[in-house]
Amino acid sequence: MSFWKRFRTNIGAIVGVVLLIGVIAIALLAPVIFEHGPWQMVQRPFLAPFAVDGLPLGTDTLGRDVASQLAHGARVSLLVGLVSTLVALLIGVPLGALAGFYGGYVDEGAMRFTEFFQTIPNFALAIVLVAIFEPSLASITLAIAIVSWPPVARLVRAEVMSVRKREFVDAATLAGLSKHRILIRQVLPNTVSPIIVMASLMVATAILLESSLSFLGLGDPNAMSWGYMIGAARTVIRSSWWLSFFPGVAIIITVLALNLIGEGLNDALNPHLSRKGRA
Amino acid sequence: MSVLAIIAARLFKAALTLLAIAVLNFCLLHAAPGDPAVVLAGEAGAADEQMIEQLRERFGLDQPFGVQLWKYVSGVAQLDLGYSFRQGAPVIDLIAERLPATLLLTLTAFVISLVFGIALGVAAAARVGKPQDSLLTALALLFYATPLYWAALMAVLVFSVWLGWLPGFGYETVGAGYTGFDRALDIARHLVLPALTLGLFFMAVYMRMTRASMLEVSTADFVKTARAKGLSGAVIRRRHILRNAILPVVTLAGLQAGQLIGGAVLTETVFAWPGIGRLMFESLAARDYNTILGVFLVSAAMVILFNIVTDIVYRLVDPRIGARA
Repeated sequence: MSFWKRFRTNIGAIVGVVLLIGVIAIALLAPVIFEHGPWQMVQRPFLAPFAVDGLPLGTDTLGRDVASQLAHGARVSLLVGLVSTLVALLIGVPLGALAGFYGGYVDEGAMRFTEFFQTIPNFALAIVLVAIFEPSLASITLAIAIVSWPPVARLVRAEVMSVRKREFVDAATLAGLSKHRILIRQVLPNTVSPIIVMASLMVATAILLESSLSFLGLGDPNAMSWGYMIGAARTVIRSSWWLSFFPGVAIIITVLALNLIGEGLNDALNPHLSRKGRA
Repeated sequence: MSVLAIIAARLFKAALTLLAIAVLNFCLLHAAPGDPAVVLAGEAGAADEQMIEQLRERFGLDQPFGVQLWKYVSGVAQLDLGYSFRQGAPVIDLIAERLPATLLLTLTAFVISLVFGIALGVAAAARVGKPQDSLLTALALLFYATPLYWAALMAVLVFSVWLGWLPGFGYETVGAGYTGFDRALDIARHLVLPALTLGLFFMAVYMRMTRASMLEVSTADFVKTARAKGLSGAVIRRRHILRNAILPVVTLAGLQAGQLIGGAVLTETVFAWPGIGRLMFESLAARDYNTILGVFLVSAAMVILFNIVTDIVYRLVDPRIGARA
C-alpha cells in the first residue's frame, strides 16, 4: 500500500488532520472574523457565554472578547510550536548526524553534550531561559527549541548509524563520493521519515510548553496566547470558570490533533512498526 | 563492577553535571540584559545605589571573569546559592524549607502514575481490540494532550468548588492546630488533588508504554511455550509477559523524573502548594534570579539523585543488567 492509502485509512489521523486544518483556518482568519482585537475592551467584564449577541464566549476580566482572544491565541500557539520545532531540528539533526556518521571522539563529545541537556529538567530550564532573557516570542521559541532538541539528536544518530552500514553507502564510497557528500546526499535522506514523525509530535509538545510558560506569566506581553488567558483567569475560577475552560479545550484540541497526525504518520511511514504504538 | 563502584562512578558524574549547571547558571546571570549587580539584586534592590555597590564588591563583579566564575562556583559547591533580597533570606534556606513539600508531592504523584499507568496498560493489553481497550487508549490520548495546569484548575473547580469534597488550596488547614495523626490526615486530604493532577499526564504516558510493551512481549516465543504448556491467560500475563514488559516502562519512568519536577512548578502554582516550584513561580514576578537559578540547580540535583536511585533499584530487580556497567 502506498503512504497516502495507509494514512487515509487511519481514522484517528484523518480526524487529526481535519481538526488541525480547522485550527489553522481560525488562526489565519482571526483578524477577518473578529472586528475587535484580542486586547480591545468591547463590553463589561465577566459576561457569560451567549449572554450578549456577538460575544458567543463572553468577555474576560477586562471586558475583552474571549472568542477573539481564542482565535488570536491560535496564531501564537501554532507559530511558536512550528518555529521552535524547526529550530530544534536545526540543532538536533546536524549534531546527531555528525555523531552517528563520524563516530569516535565526535560521537563521544556530541553525546555527552546531549546527555547533559537531557539530565536537566527541561521545563525548569525553559523557565530560567525565558525569565533571564525577558519574555518575548523570540526568547520563548528559542527556549523551547533548546530544551527539545536532545531526543532529535539521539534519533538521528541512531538512524544514521544504521543507514551508514548499508550497501549503497559502500557503493557511494567506491564511486568516489566524498564523506561529506555521502552523509548529506545518501544517508540523511534515508532518515527523513522517523524525523517527520518525531517533529509532528514535537510541535504538540512545544505548544504545551508555550502555554505552560504563558500560564506562569512568561508569555510575550504583546501576543495573546491561550496559556496567558488561563493564567489571567485563574484567580476568578470560582466565579467565571468558562474563562479558564475554553482556552484549555482549544489547547487540548490542537495538541490532540497533532498527536493523532503524528501517530498516523508513524503507522503509514513505518508499517512494520505499526500497532506497536509508541511511548 | 560492584554496586558500590557503580554508585561511586555515578556520583562522580553527577558532581560533574552539577558543576556544569553551576557554570551555566553563572553564564546566564551574566547574559541577562543589564548590570549583573542590578540583576542579582532583583526588583527589590533596583533603586538602592549603595546595596548594588556592596553586591559588586561582595561578588567581585569588578574583577576578571575567571575570578568571578571561581567565586560563584565554589560558593555553590559550599551550598551558597546566593541571597534572595526579595525574601530577605539565603536562597538555600528558602529551598530547604520548601523541599519536603515538593518531595511529598512529586513522589506521591510518581507512585500513583506508575501503579495506575501499569495496571491500566496491562488491562488494555489484555483486551486489545475490544471496546475497553479503545476507551482506555482514547482516554490516555486525551490526558496526554491536556495541559497539566488546566487539569489542575478543573480539578479544583469540580472537586473543591462545586462538590466541596476536597480542599483545593494549600498544604494543610491553617489555624486548625491539628497534631499527630490528624495533621497527617489533613495533609493527605490536601495532597489528593495536586498529586492526582500531576500524576495524570504521566499515568497516560506509562499506560501507553505498558500496553505497547505488553503487546510486543506477548508475541515472544517463550509466551507461546507457556501457552502450549497449558497455563492460563492470567498467569502468563502476570508471570511471563508483565515481568519482561515492565522493564522499559521503569527505565522511561526514571528518565522522566525531570518532567515531574517541571510539572510540579505548575501544580504547586495552581494549588498554592508550598514547595520549591511555587517558590520559583513567586520569584518570577519579583525577578529574583538568585532564587530562580537556585531552584533550577536543586531540581536538577534531585533529578540526578532520583536517576541514580532508580538505576540501582533496577540493577537489583534485574540481575542481567548488573553484568555490564
